[in-house]
Amino acid sequence: MKFSILVNEGPYTHQASDTAYQFVKAALAKGHEIYRVFFYHDGVNNGTRLTVPPQDDRNIVKRWSELAAQHKLDLVLCIAAAQRRGLMDKSEAKRNGKDADNIAPGFRISGLGQLIEAGIQADRLVVFGA
Amino acid sequence: MSEEHAGGTAKKFLYVNRKAPYGTIYGLESLEVVLIGAAFEQDVSLAFLGDGVYQLAKGQDTKGLEVKNFSPTFGALEDYDVTKLYVEEEALQARGLSAADLVVPVEVVDTRRMAEIMEDQDVILSF
Repeated sequence: MKFSILVNEGPYTHQASDTAYQFVKAALAKGHEIYRVFFYHDGVNNGTRLTVPPQDDRNIVKRWSELAAQHKLDLVLCIAAAQRRGLMDKSEAKRNGKDADNIAPGFRISGLGQLIEAGIQADRLVVFGA
Repeated sequence: MSEEHAGGTAKKFLYVNRKAPYGTIYGLESLEVVLIGAAFEQDVSLAFLGDGVYQLAKGQDTKGLEVKNFSPTFGALEDYDVTKLYVEEEALQARGLSAADLVVPVEVVDTRRMAEIMEDQDVILSF
């Protein structure tokens, strides 16, 4: 089956991102396809490479980046939600006159249309959080 | 499911709004998805459950909160061909509201009917 995933909550405060990650990993292990993982609301905070969790805790952002590299996942941060919350890639930082970017490897920033398209293309869209 | 829609047939999208309009950003950002999604010419419906019914309440004044009152935007949904708005009857009653207290015409449905509407969808986005 072809799944799309929507993550609506940030890392550490809510379990949504953890559960979404475990779901994606399990689905891939069963041979399913993940069409896209879309991060919305505070969920965009899952895409900052500046996160530094304690060493005895899981690294939620790094975990997503590694899974993306391993399975060529499409991890998309909503641009409107990202701009509100200070998530930037190089070109967004430049366009908005900011002095830094913070997007983690494997993530990209794009529009809400990518969420709608993910719903259209997948057999199931599964929402985590909110 | 994707096969039967491969020819470009619209999927049924339902946006489920469960939270009060202010206090969290879910209501506003849900409406942003609806507006962007309208360009994709899908079969769109909106559902309002629980505190989500407050998003449609008339007479919202957010000046003191210093946030945008986005309730007038619901009045513009018709221009985007989004006309199916379902509101949970029990949620209205529990909050002392009726359809007359809402900013746009809606269809008031009981929880059982709401479940049927959900059952009928291809994609449900809940905020």
